[in-house]
Amino acid sequence: MSTSSQPTRGALWIAALTGGAQPAGGYPASVTVIDAALAGESARFIAVVRDENHRFPRVHNGEVGLVEGWTIARAVDEVVEADRNAAQKRPIVAVIDVPSQAYGRREEAFGIHQALAGAAGAYAKARLAGHPVIGLIVGKAMSGGFLAHGYQANRLIALDDGSVMVHAMGKASAARITLRTVEELEKFAATVPPMAYDIGNYATLGLLWTLQQVASPDAPGAADTAQVTKTLEQALADIRKGPRDLSGRLNNGNRRASLEVRNRLRAEWDVAGG
Amino acid sequence: MHDNRQDAILARQSFIELSARARARALLDAGSFRELIGPFARMTSPWLTAQGIVPQADDGVVIAKGTLDGKATVVAAIEGSFQGGSLGEVAGAKIAGALELAAEDCRQGRLTQAVILFETGGVRLQEANLGLAAIAEIHSAIVDLRQYAPVVGIVAGTVGCFGGMSIAAGLCSYLMVTREARLGLNGPQVIEQEAGVEEYDSRDRPLIWGFTGGEQRYETGFADAFIADDVADVQTQLGALFARGVPARHRSDRHGDFLARLARVDISRQADSAMVRALFTKGEQA
Amino acid sequence: MEKIHLEYPAQQPAARATHVGVVGSGDLEVLAEPGESGKTVIDIRTSVDGSGPVWTAQLARLFAAGRLPAVKLEINDFGATPGVVQMRIAQALEEIGHA
Repeated sequence: MSTSSQPTRGALWIAALTGGAQPAGGYPASVTVIDAALAGESARFIAVVRDENHRFPRVHNGEVGLVEGWTIARAVDEVVEADRNAAQKRPIVAVIDVPSQAYGRREEAFGIHQALAGAAGAYAKARLAGHPVIGLIVGKAMSGGFLAHGYQANRLIALDDGSVMVHAMGKASAARITLRTVEELEKFAATVPPMAYDIGNYATLGLLWTLQQVASPDAPGAADTAQVTKTLEQALADIRKGPRDLSGRLNNGNRRASLEVRNRLRAEWDVAGG
Repeated sequence: MHDNRQDAILARQSFIELSARARARALLDAGSFRELIGPFARMTSPWLTAQGIVPQADDGVVIAKGTLDGKATVVAAIEGSFQGGSLGEVAGAKIAGALELAAEDCRQGRLTQAVILFETGGVRLQEANLGLAAIAEIHSAIVDLRQYAPVVGIVAGTVGCFGGMSIAAGLCSYLMVTREARLGLNGPQVIEQEAGVEEYDSRDRPLIWGFTGGEQRYETGFADAFIADDVADVQTQLGALFARGVPARHRSDRHGDFLARLARVDISRQADSAMVRALFTKGEQA
Repeated sequence: MEKIHLEYPAQQPAARATHVGVVGSGDLEVLAEPGESGKTVIDIRTSVDGSGPVWTAQLARLFAAGRLPAVKLEINDFGATPGVVQMRIAQALEEIGHA
């Protein structure tokens, strides 16, 4: 296999944001873990990156596989354990560029669902323990890959760019499963916001804290890096002022049903007078 | 002896054949079942009708409060017959919201445990990103609630549990499966579509069941109880799991153990179910 | 998806509400509630386009004579056969107090 291909956006951005700091040792090549400064404090940055020599053959392009899921869990858990008695918990930044979860026989056989539960659970535990968790979407944030790496963040930030997308399933598979053609799928995607693949439509769902424009998302320069760092710092300050749950994502726009369901549940939760 | 067994088989009431609502009712103490946002609330999906798809009045999820062996319990039951048990905005918010309120009760000293009946293909693709977002919130709510009270997942069948909801199953304090259950991240058709028929033949039933079937998942430690398709057995084993309380260490926290095992996988040959059983022999800790 | 609205004469309002069935393949759900005295109102959403005449004919056989209690029926249909439709409606009517 070739090893000469370009680094992924995830690899580029984690390097840029950490100012060339050395990655933490002892991690597999597919998961980059870097401890670096953010707003004057030590933060842990995590990215899933391409490893063309990965021993699991269905993980060659930055997908989240068995090793990646459990390794993210380990990287997050380490700082939770280290800060167990700390008054101020250190921030965790998930740099998100995941084309998908890994699709393969070994993956199902050895329990990739459980590996991804390891990752999602670790992020959620960190957030609930008071670690500010920020998800920075610099490329694709697809399906199970995103659920494992980033979707548990207190705040989600996405680069405003045509290659940035969030979705539950690639178009070909989604068409097959819903018994539609890709053309039909695209027709619905154009009018039904949650079905769209582009980040502009995703932003209308109110799940993002902010959409960030940069000059060169494929080759972040000093100005881009400084700008995104500033946004991360603002997110960090905002998180420290708010609750540890995900309630900041609820809104009266395209997610008003999510809010309405919660209001009704609360109203019906306790029997009147009981 | 023979007569007793025959009586037992005749007396057996199938759990799998029950609707989501009937399942929830069967698990709670007699007379304690109270449904929240029931079908007459008509909290249907705002997105399905816009695409010309007939909605269901409860959007395919039943939320019920009641008691189980006298303990305050909330049940979230997914109806696998509606849209393959897929989760859209409303269905997902019902589960997440119920678990969030249970955690809130726990924090206020009113311990409330939870049961999730998984019968789902995962995200409802007609509501794609809102389904995915709701599932992330379900994950969050399970992790929050399980600190205080057990969250028990049940995969009975016949739909099984896939996609983002298989991750939710992996976050539960305990998981129960039947022989008719399947549990996996990616559905067979999707793996075949993405990786090719050589990698995963979606029509090869023995292959698929050998990896994702309930018996295999139980034998390899991905589930905690192997239940018969029998209401009484489900009730008994569910009560026994709740009696164990919050586990000292959740399955999803065992990254050291799982990474050590994965490092021993022989990549020179393709996986088969015997290889998985050998790798996950019980009792072995890394 | 097609929507069908039907109205029939009826007796006094039914005693209570009930819900039966699921919107699964070959099945339907029925939400039945007490109607306005003397009038039964039925709203159907069906996945089978062009099935209006079939529904109209089948429900007329049940309701047109006006001998049943007044109900408000909401039906969400996912391709149920006339046999299943018959069975579910009978089940709903039985549960609201009319066998």
